[in-house]
Amino acid sequence: MKQSSVVVVDLLLLLLTIAVIATPAFSDLVLSKVERRIDVTSQFARVTKSLKVVNPGSESISEFMLTFPKFLGNNLAYLSVKTKRPLANLSVKKADPKGIPDSISVYSVALPKTLSKGDSLTLEVVATFTNVLQPFPEKITQGEIHLVMLQESAQYLSPYTVESQSLSIKLPNARIESYSKLENTKLQGSELKYGPYKNLPPFSYSPIVVHFESKAAFAVAEKLVREIEVSHWGNVQVTEHYNVVHRGAQLKGEFSRLDFQARPNPRGASAFRHLLARLPPRAHSIYYRDDIGNISTSEMQSDSKKTELLIEPRFPLFGGWKTFFTIGYGLPLSDFLFASEGKRFVNISFGSPMIDLVTEKLIVQVVLPEGSKDISVTTPFAVKQSREIKYSHLDIAGRPVVVLEKDNVVPDHNQHIQVYYKFSNINLLSEPLMLISGFFVLFITCIIYTRADFSISKSSPTYLAKLQWDEVLATLQEVQSIIQKCLAAHDKLEASLRDLSRTGDFQTCKAARKSTDSLLKDLSKELKPLLGFLQSSPSASHISPKVEELVVKEKELQEKLMAKHTTVVEGYEKKSSGRDIENRIASQQQKIIALRQEIEDLLEFIDEI
Amino acid sequence: MGGKSEPAKSESMATTTTSPDLINSSFFSFKSLKLKTKQQELLLRIAILGLVYILAFIARLFSVLRYESMIHEFDPYFNYRTTLFLTEKGFYEFWNWFDSESWYPLGRIIGGTLYPGLMVTAALIYWALRFLRFFVHIREVCVLTAPFFASNTTLVAYFFGKEIWDTGAGLVAAVLIAICPGYISRSVAGSYDNEAVAIFALLLTFYLFVKAVNTGSLAWALGSAFGYFYMVSAWGGYVFIINLVPLYVLVLLITGRYSMRLYIAYNCMYILGMLLAMQIRFVGFQHVQSGEHMGAMGVFLLMQVFYFLDWVKYQLNDTKLFQTFLRITVTSAILVGGIALGVGTASGYISPWTGRFYSLLDPTYAKDHIPIIASVSEHQPTAWSSFMFDYHILLFLFPAGLYFCFKRLSDATIFIVMYGLTSLYFAGVMVRLILVATPAVCLISAIAVSATVKNLTSLLRTKQKVSQTGSTKGAGSSKASSKVTLDQSQPFQKNGAIALLVGVFYLLSRYAIHCTWVTSEAYSSPSIVLAARGAHGNRILFDDYREAYYWLRQNTPTDAKIMSWWDYGYQITAMGNRTVIVDNNTWNNTHIATVGRAMSSNEDEAYEIMRSLDVNYVLVVFGGVTGYSSDDINKFLWMVRIGGGVFPVIKEPDYLVNGEFRVDKGASPKMLNCLMYKLCYYRFGELTTEYGKPPGYDRARGGEIGNKDIKLEHLEEAYTTSNWIVRIYRVKPPTNRL
Repeated sequence: MKQSSVVVVDLLLLLLTIAVIATPAFSDLVLSKVERRIDVTSQFARVTKSLKVVNPGSESISEFMLTFPKFLGNNLAYLSVKTKRPLANLSVKKADPKGIPDSISVYSVALPKTLSKGDSLTLEVVATFTNVLQPFPEKITQGEIHLVMLQESAQYLSPYTVESQSLSIKLPNARIESYSKLENTKLQGSELKYGPYKNLPPFSYSPIVVHFESKAAFAVAEKLVREIEVSHWGNVQVTEHYNVVHRGAQLKGEFSRLDFQARPNPRGASAFRHLLARLPPRAHSIYYRDDIGNISTSEMQSDSKKTELLIEPRFPLFGGWKTFFTIGYGLPLSDFLFASEGKRFVNISFGSPMIDLVTEKLIVQVVLPEGSKDISVTTPFAVKQSREIKYSHLDIAGRPVVVLEKDNVVPDHNQHIQVYYKFSNINLLSEPLMLISGFFVLFITCIIYTRADFSISKSSPTYLAKLQWDEVLATLQEVQSIIQKCLAAHDKLEASLRDLSRTGDFQTCKAARKSTDSLLKDLSKELKPLLGFLQSSPSASHISPKVEELVVKEKELQEKLMAKHTTVVEGYEKKSSGRDIENRIASQQQKIIALRQEIEDLLEFIDEI
Repeated sequence: MGGKSEPAKSESMATTTTSPDLINSSFFSFKSLKLKTKQQELLLRIAILGLVYILAFIARLFSVLRYESMIHEFDPYFNYRTTLFLTEKGFYEFWNWFDSESWYPLGRIIGGTLYPGLMVTAALIYWALRFLRFFVHIREVCVLTAPFFASNTTLVAYFFGKEIWDTGAGLVAAVLIAICPGYISRSVAGSYDNEAVAIFALLLTFYLFVKAVNTGSLAWALGSAFGYFYMVSAWGGYVFIINLVPLYVLVLLITGRYSMRLYIAYNCMYILGMLLAMQIRFVGFQHVQSGEHMGAMGVFLLMQVFYFLDWVKYQLNDTKLFQTFLRITVTSAILVGGIALGVGTASGYISPWTGRFYSLLDPTYAKDHIPIIASVSEHQPTAWSSFMFDYHILLFLFPAGLYFCFKRLSDATIFIVMYGLTSLYFAGVMVRLILVATPAVCLISAIAVSATVKNLTSLLRTKQKVSQTGSTKGAGSSKASSKVTLDQSQPFQKNGAIALLVGVFYLLSRYAIHCTWVTSEAYSSPSIVLAARGAHGNRILFDDYREAYYWLRQNTPTDAKIMSWWDYGYQITAMGNRTVIVDNNTWNNTHIATVGRAMSSNEDEAYEIMRSLDVNYVLVVFGGVTGYSSDDINKFLWMVRIGGGVFPVIKEPDYLVNGEFRVDKGASPKMLNCLMYKLCYYRFGELTTEYGKPPGYDRARGGEIGNKDIKLEHLEEAYTTSNWIVRIYRVKPPTNRL
């Protein structure tokens, strides 16, 4: 209520001052035709103007002044001026020329070419204003409809003479409470038309007020932080933190779930339940959560052109209600990272992917890979820039972050920005290498710990006993391996016998015998000092008898085997029949098997110590 | 274990039974690479332990996979909130934290009234991970703390089992405890509660103490003192340790098992443990002043008397003289002790046992004297079915294990027997104490399993060896045939052993299946998100709690005071970030009773109480639409009882009709007009909840409500969640007195 009355007072002041000056302080340009179109179907007002500028005077002019009433100018979120022929974006900057009252904001447009006498030029102006649709009444109950009010001027406020002009206001397709009726006012469906008005002097102004129902979601992000993290492993991770508030008329009184459930349309028309985000195609790993966990109400549709994410906050948002949430998604790197002139650049959209969302404070943080250098940014409009360092997993030096800040962002700002940087591919390997070396160090320490001797007192009896025992164990192991070798030699001998039975070639068999003999002799020589040690060692006293038994048994087995071998070979030499030989060695064979079994048992026993 | 040396066995078998042929040579080259049996056994053991460690962790992740990485239940939210505070503000701020967001207008000194072990542990893990450059969120650390410590517990169980029986029993104990539902119920991912680390600390302390008693080493005793310190810092259940250990020592003294080892272990553990425990602010001087801790001190003094007597006995060679001396000393010691205790109690230096302690010893005590303890469902006496549910076959293996323990009585087995029996008694008194009994039950059952399996396999192994030598030697050998006849003298022994082994493994596999099922079905729901099956078998989530808390967080003034029953206090402060009147730390009975009184009074009276407490919003939980049964109407009688315990104007019979609690037309007028009833059923009479039922049909209680025309005068509906589970009301400012 207060705000709108202030606006009304503003308007009056404006009229007064205009009446006071009423002198053409500017060059003698003439606007031969002005068409204005205001779209208020969403929560902001989008004004498109087409201005035909003619220079009737003699001076050539290269600057054009765009003016807005201050209360609109303060809410100007986006302004772009183009010419159609030639197609060009013109640069606009805020100007503060003398002689213009405070209640008017002025922007100066640099014309693409100087206008000399008689030249004309058509300017296409797009301006988006936020907060100009004032809810009225300011507080409504759950059942009431949401009415808003727009204030404008039926005549185009300009420092130049306007020859012909018209205004059309596109209203949402709903109830229209009231509108200012001037001459030439027409309401066609949901379109309200003022004009055409002819030959108006500079600074003409006639205020109009339109009061109508708005069904748009007045979703405003008070603060939005978009974090875009570039990973050269193939992913661009976008994380967006939204502080969303419903900036429409505030809810007063009760919120009744029953009414909202049973008759949602009249009883909750002013609330919005959903927000639609239009994400780039091939977005993946999408999540939607807030401070206290995942929010399970969201839907996703995707095709090759776009990914649409319909998110539903935990509760419906009525006027004045707030919520905070985070969405995140991954994008394929190849769609956004490009190379040019030895540099790489990320080409990514600046604004929020949410449809019709106004952002009061947008912070975009582009996180580049660790080790990026020579960072520069190009943006299509002015933003505040700064640098930060972010630490993520396995970072040592941190990742450079480009922080871009802009206030009052509307969907028109959804243009691409480019962040240029240099990055060598070697840096990619640093993190895997770190992990590898970390594990390497871990294993090395484990190895050192198990191998090295960390006892404090080297002379304590327990320590010495342990040392001795270790020695005994080592010796035992050696004994075992020697016995195993002996057994292997025996097996070889047996194999040669089998060959003999097959081929009858006793020469090779004899050769095998010879080599085995020498091997066994060597082994028994090796065994002797070990046995001596075991006998002498006090801590091995309970083992040495077993070991000795083992050695004796092995000797016995050896002898038996040799005897068998001799018998068999002799048998073959004498060309006796196979059965004969079998019979002769049968008893030996039994003993051999028994001995072998005993040796195996002993070995197992020693093994278990 | 039976399995550990089997591979070696079969290979040696292979060398003897396979008739020598060409494979032999290649076999030997392989055999030379082969590990020794001992190394093999070690490798197997480490592999099994490693797998058990992983198993214990992943078995607890059902809830994360099925829902999300979130904190469960009620108390964990407080722990999470304090951990967050600790990691953000640092330890000193945390230690000196005065929390004005709870117990309005009293506030709570957090640092002095909590066991910081859990939070400090999580914070240390968090800081360590950050130091290692893993920038994880503190929530993830908190969620996974419980499974991590459960994994560590399996290791301790292994060593404990090894200490009291053998490595086999240790391994079985590790496996059993890894998946035992009694333990899983409190240690699934997200159940970020004190018990999560406390069971680890408890078992560690016991293990180190038993190790100290077995070795008489000061180092182990010191270790157990530190284990005890960790336990004290983590959970109030440390009282169990400080009573069980002295009791155990006492039993050893009585059974004549006093030794120097015991003296060293107990004295070191008690003195150091006491000094360390007193560093925890919440315990402080209670450790030397309160009745619960006096037993330990008494046993400590008794130990000194024993030592002294031993020394005197050594000095005096005259037995008769010693007998007289003994009599005098013992009498005077008891006399002095008794007088000291009497004087201490009378002068108030020694505080008497607390109600909670009494309620443990006597299951009926709480019901008569402390309704607030009795009102908690986990403080109810345990039903047989829940023993079966939580222990399954361990319930049968436990007595068998006791048998084996008694058969091989040692200091260690006496300890585990005492631990098992006492904790099982407490488990019978209170459902939640099943948790404390679980390690003991697992260990004793493991002894049973291990001993049985070992006996059976050793039977099988000797048989195998004989039969195999018999077959290779052939029928000709007289020695072999004699052995074969020896075999036949015990017919079916081998078959019987095999059958029993199969039976044991069948039982164990049933246990594994049961545990998995219980974990997945019963213990893995976060309770903050409710899940139900829709008509088409699809899963429906009721996320109403978070919806309401988030609404509070976003859309109420930051200094708003919320009144609700104490169950939701921690969650409101943690998730809603708003000040509450009472919460789950039920330290002030009067304050809770005031809330109970407000809930059970009519609207005008309740308004006065709420005004005096500066209440801005009232939150109630209501299951009438969804059929959610643990809502405030079903808890209402406890509010009446607790309120009535302090304010006699509230009388339980006023809310009952013929001793029956009802909400329909037959309900008592006081019930139909109390604040709780009105808030739960406000405008509910207009809603049709179930097809074919009249409007206002309460699905949780299965009846049509009695008062459908509810008008609120001093409150208005501020928010109701989508399934009506949480309803929030705004307290209107007083009307102008004109």
